[in-house]
Amino acid sequence: MTPPSPSLALLKRDLGLSLARGGGPVLAAGFYLTLMAMVPLSLGPEAQTLSKIAPGLTWLCLALASLLSLERLFERDYEDGVFDLLRTGPLALEWVAFLKCLAQWLGTGLILSLMTPVVMILLGAPVGVAGWALVAALIGSFSFALIGGAGASLTLGSRKGGVLIALLVLPFYVPPVIFGAGLMQAFVTGAPVFQALSLLSAYGLFALALGPIAMGAALRSALN
Amino acid sequence: MIISWLANPDRFSKVFAPVRPWVAGLSLILFAWGLYLCFASPEDYQQGDTVRIMYIHVPAAWMALFTYLVMGVASFFGLIFRHALADAAAKAAAPIGAVFTALALITGSLWGKPMWGTWWEWDGRMTSVLVLFLFYIGYIALHASIEDEQRAAKSTAILALIGLINLPIIKFSVDWWNTLHQGASVFRPDGPTVAPAMLWPLLVMALAYKALFVWLWLIRIDTEILSRKYNGLRARLGFREGGA
Repeated sequence: MTPPSPSLALLKRDLGLSLARGGGPVLAAGFYLTLMAMVPLSLGPEAQTLSKIAPGLTWLCLALASLLSLERLFERDYEDGVFDLLRTGPLALEWVAFLKCLAQWLGTGLILSLMTPVVMILLGAPVGVAGWALVAALIGSFSFALIGGAGASLTLGSRKGGVLIALLVLPFYVPPVIFGAGLMQAFVTGAPVFQALSLLSAYGLFALALGPIAMGAALRSALN
Repeated sequence: MIISWLANPDRFSKVFAPVRPWVAGLSLILFAWGLYLCFASPEDYQQGDTVRIMYIHVPAAWMALFTYLVMGVASFFGLIFRHALADAAAKAAAPIGAVFTALALITGSLWGKPMWGTWWEWDGRMTSVLVLFLFYIGYIALHASIEDEQRAAKSTAILALIGLINLPIIKFSVDWWNTLHQGASVFRPDGPTVAPAMLWPLLVMALAYKALFVWLWLIRIDTEILSRKYNGLRARLGFREGGA
């Protein structure tokens, strides 16, 4: 049997960690659902109001739920020296960081994305929106994971993790939230969705290009 | 190279210490002149006296962006060429920029109440300035939360550069969002051309703000250099950082 490639081994390990880490997907999904359950409770159960704000709200909650496990994305491996080990290994730190974000996304973002159309429909959005909602949530949550990873790497070794990450990262979540919610809005009003979809994808690709570089630089600075 | 010659913090302090009072004087004179022009200039036929808020507001908004640009450039030099002075310059600029941004938001709100009938309008421009303000806060908070000075400088420099690339994208997306939602009652101040009688106070005030920025910035950089020296000395004498 040939030994597994280092990338695959790392991805497997991190996926295991992200599934196990503090309840992993169950926690994120539970948080997401709780947030959504608070919506009718705080705004009233009128179907008309809810169906109007459902697409936007699901995006807001998706962004917030994506913040949850960011704090521990790099923290533990940084503290117990795994990063020092990884650094001497064959993989570039940028790639390592990307794989960790990917594992994190597979563990939480993917599941949140799958839930998004369901929750949207529960809140009264038309059923036809489900397909686009899923596509948009997949792209959006993936960019959330990458940008969030950059924020998490910057706060390594700082005294306050969680809230600080949220403060740093949320301004950068503005474009995907706008484009994602805009896509839903366009679908509901019958406007073409292509523009919002391409803008959302463009931001996703941008995060894919820039995120690992930023994370690599931040990790290197933290490890010195 | 004059820049690398000046990059030595000691030399920087020595060269710019005598410059500071002149910049301060220039700023004060420009402010006196600009404020006089503000009140001497005619009322706007549409906005009445309220137009005078603009002479405070518009330069503040310009400076909010300009300071961010300064921070980004300083961070770039700090990150690539590892100049301690560039790090200090970026750090020193952040709170000044945050205050300019807050001033722009507050005066904008004060102007909006009589003109638009509302303290806050979720239009593209105001929303992106608000995001810029949050960004300044995040930058300052990140710097404050990392104890090691060099690491803090590096992390914030990376953040500033990510922000430099991202702010135009955020601005664009917010504009796009705004057209999507068709901003309700917004009347665009850049519609009519500015009359020369109003251009003058605006220009003088803009220069006054810029001089004020340079003055405060120089003081803050100098303080930063001194505090680093002090911390270095303490460390060498065996004191623990931050402790007694």
